[in-house]
Amino acid sequence: MDSFCQQLINGLALGSIYALIALGYTMVYGVLRFINFAHADVLMLGAFSAYFLSPAVQKLLPLPGVGGALVVMLLAAMICAGVGVLIEILAYRPLRGRPKLTVLITAIGVSLLIEYSCQHRAVFGAATRPFPELISEKNLEFLGLTISSNDLVVVLVTAILLAAMWFIVHRTRVGTAMRAVSFSPQAAALMGININRVISFTFGLGSALAAVAGILYALKAPGIEPLMGIHPGLRAFVAAVLGGIGNLPGASLGGLLLGLLETFAGGIPGLSNYRDAIAFAILILILLFKPAGLLGKSTIEKV
Amino acid sequence: MDRATIRFGGLTAVSALDLSIGPNEMVGLIGPNGAGKTTAFNMITGVYQPTEGGISFLGHPTTGLKPHQLTKLGIARTFQNIRLFSSLSVFDNVRVATQLHRRHGIINALWRGRDFRDSEAEVEATVMDLLAIFKLEALRGEMATSLPYGAQRRLEIVRALATKPKLLLLDEPAAGMNPTEKEELMHLIRFIQERFSISVLLVEHDMTVVMGVCQRIAVLEYGVKIAEGNPSEIRSNPAVIEAYLGTEEGEEEVEDA
Amino acid sequence: MIATGGKRWLFLGVALAVVLSYVSGGLNSYDRGIWIDCGINIILAVSLNLILGHTGQFSLGHAGFMSVGGYTAAKITLVCAALLPVSMQPVLLFVAILAGGLLAALAGLLVGIPSLRLRGDYLAIVTLGFAEIIRVIMQNTEAVGGASGLSGIPKYTTLGWTFALAAVTIYVVAGLVNSTYGRGFLAVSDDEVAASSMGINPVRYKVTAFVVGAFFAGLAGALYAHHKQTLTPTGFDWLKSIDIVVMVILGGMGRTPGVILAAILLTWLPEQLRVFSDYRMIIYSLLIILLMILRPQGLFTFKRKKKPNPVPA
Repeated sequence: MDSFCQQLINGLALGSIYALIALGYTMVYGVLRFINFAHADVLMLGAFSAYFLSPAVQKLLPLPGVGGALVVMLLAAMICAGVGVLIEILAYRPLRGRPKLTVLITAIGVSLLIEYSCQHRAVFGAATRPFPELISEKNLEFLGLTISSNDLVVVLVTAILLAAMWFIVHRTRVGTAMRAVSFSPQAAALMGININRVISFTFGLGSALAAVAGILYALKAPGIEPLMGIHPGLRAFVAAVLGGIGNLPGASLGGLLLGLLETFAGGIPGLSNYRDAIAFAILILILLFKPAGLLGKSTIEKV
Repeated sequence: MDRATIRFGGLTAVSALDLSIGPNEMVGLIGPNGAGKTTAFNMITGVYQPTEGGISFLGHPTTGLKPHQLTKLGIARTFQNIRLFSSLSVFDNVRVATQLHRRHGIINALWRGRDFRDSEAEVEATVMDLLAIFKLEALRGEMATSLPYGAQRRLEIVRALATKPKLLLLDEPAAGMNPTEKEELMHLIRFIQERFSISVLLVEHDMTVVMGVCQRIAVLEYGVKIAEGNPSEIRSNPAVIEAYLGTEEGEEEVEDA
Repeated sequence: MIATGGKRWLFLGVALAVVLSYVSGGLNSYDRGIWIDCGINIILAVSLNLILGHTGQFSLGHAGFMSVGGYTAAKITLVCAALLPVSMQPVLLFVAILAGGLLAALAGLLVGIPSLRLRGDYLAIVTLGFAEIIRVIMQNTEAVGGASGLSGIPKYTTLGWTFALAAVTIYVVAGLVNSTYGRGFLAVSDDEVAASSMGINPVRYKVTAFVVGAFFAGLAGALYAHHKQTLTPTGFDWLKSIDIVVMVILGGMGRTPGVILAAILLTWLPEQLRVFSDYRMIIYSLLIILLMILRPQGLFTFKRKKKPNPVPA
């Protein structure tokens, strides 16, 4: 029972990170109907931003410490938001209205470009670097369970950000515009919405989330390297599709499910090697029965 | 059709529709915008499944059959918004529709023996005949979507005929046509029915076309059949007049020239 | 290009391949290796073109089919090579290649089934997922070497075999598409609803495309195994699938000659960039992006000349 609860908490923490990343995938899909493969690499850039920022921040604020960690996260999120907007303007904007395949391959190209450029020794190099301790990790004893304070931080930050996302999408003008563009870009444009600005905003927001997710992931990971985004990125992406891509609660649900699943499957000796396969197998099974994902609406084609 | 009903969520789009089409008969299905004409049409062609009631064709119940299976039974259709195969030429658009009647399969297509060549020659002859009847043979090498609008509509009908149907369903063929084109269309529909001796169900928004060619007309409003009869009966039916003109006359249906 | 009675093209292609393999004695082994790579990539790209270009099924799992064929064939020759006399080598290779192709076709059938209900991005993810599942299974199966893979596979693949099979692939794909039967693939790709209303069963066409495409990917995998002599699961990750997709797009979706040219170009070019090995992949990814923005219709696609269809005699 104890180990079950322990796994549950680990799974929730991992799932929260996936949910944050999945949110970025799903928001971009909502407005542009394509899968932004480079999202996983923005996550990596977020972690690296924090890596390079923390020595500078340390001069002003104590690190590890809550205040310093918040500043680092905020700055990294802003940098990545800028990167996300830049990627959109340079690579995706010229492709508006082109066939899906073209855009998807471009996204893969952007992802490869970031990965290989960062692996080059003149940029970050391929070696793994230790990630600075932003918040000192303590093990809390609670009802006989040992909970890592990092896990709590991860769950807490995610919960706050999810709530903030919900607020932005449903209670602000720009969120309404996002939903309008998602529903019908043409109609939204006719209503005087500046589509390009909404899309840029969406990319910025998604990329900022990815940066935070990258930092949280790095806190739990042994270190950071240019390909660190691929693994959580792929999971989050499965999570987004699982929940019904384009659907915000779906992405959160999918992320949590996948995190729990991975943790529990990892605990079973024979299965741990098959973790990647299991995630995909579940995705395929769910899509077979619910082709639009768990919370997605299936559309009837109008003839 | 026997009391066919379809509901989308809480909305009953077509309710208990009874409609029968005899052999070699030309039936029209009309009604104002949103009356459920296209939905009824899609139930017949298997795109939607009726939630209640059933549809049968030549004694076969068609409920649960996929569109391609219905086509095999002998039901062919055109689309309201033209749906030609955009990467295929005019010739190939029609050729593809002869699928049901080709005699070769994947193995023959690879071995390319005598049978295959005969079968392909036969298909080609059929297609060329059809194109010639509808005066499209000169355009056979063009890409289908590069044709003018009227020719695309004609090509859609040719393509449907290439499946050798017993019943041809035309979904708003007059949409977007000017009066001269409509006149031509009416000739064309009459000609098809005589030449190929098939039944035709015409779903149409435009009264003149339907009145001009159909022997029998059914009128839908809010998913319910409110009248059925020959053109003159329909024209004098008060329920139909009300449905089309509304209670306050002259305010609606301006586009219905 | 391949009209009725096009079988002679097939014979011509195979004959050319055999002649080529004799002439190739003069090439050094490095150049010969690159030509074999070209042939294998032609098979992969042309077979993916049937699924992606002609039938419009968005598949990111071609490397998975390739690995099934490669592993199957390699296992067969590894077990049987010692038991059979040397003179039986070509027969053994033939059997191994065929078995690899058939098993890959079976995998294609399995992947084709979800394709019945899914389209676009969702299908892309499912095919990618299938390929990853295949890879993880290989990685954990001791019989095929687990994570370290298979090595010591006999070097049976020759230029002759490769190009003969490439000729067969091109013939089958082009021959299929250029028939009344095969125009159905294009119709399904253009408009599934309309195709279905014309009596075409979209399900059957999609699954057929997957099975045939996977079969040839399996052949390519078998040739690859007996060319490189080692197989590792990581060699068949999704980047390999992307490489093949890029070949198809570069050549122009649904254009067989273009796809063949693109396969050759994308095999040859990286070899030339070997000097800049640090920048090779950076250049490659930049090229992908620029290509998509500037020439999404493919490098070798020009405005199609109007060619009237044959008038029946």
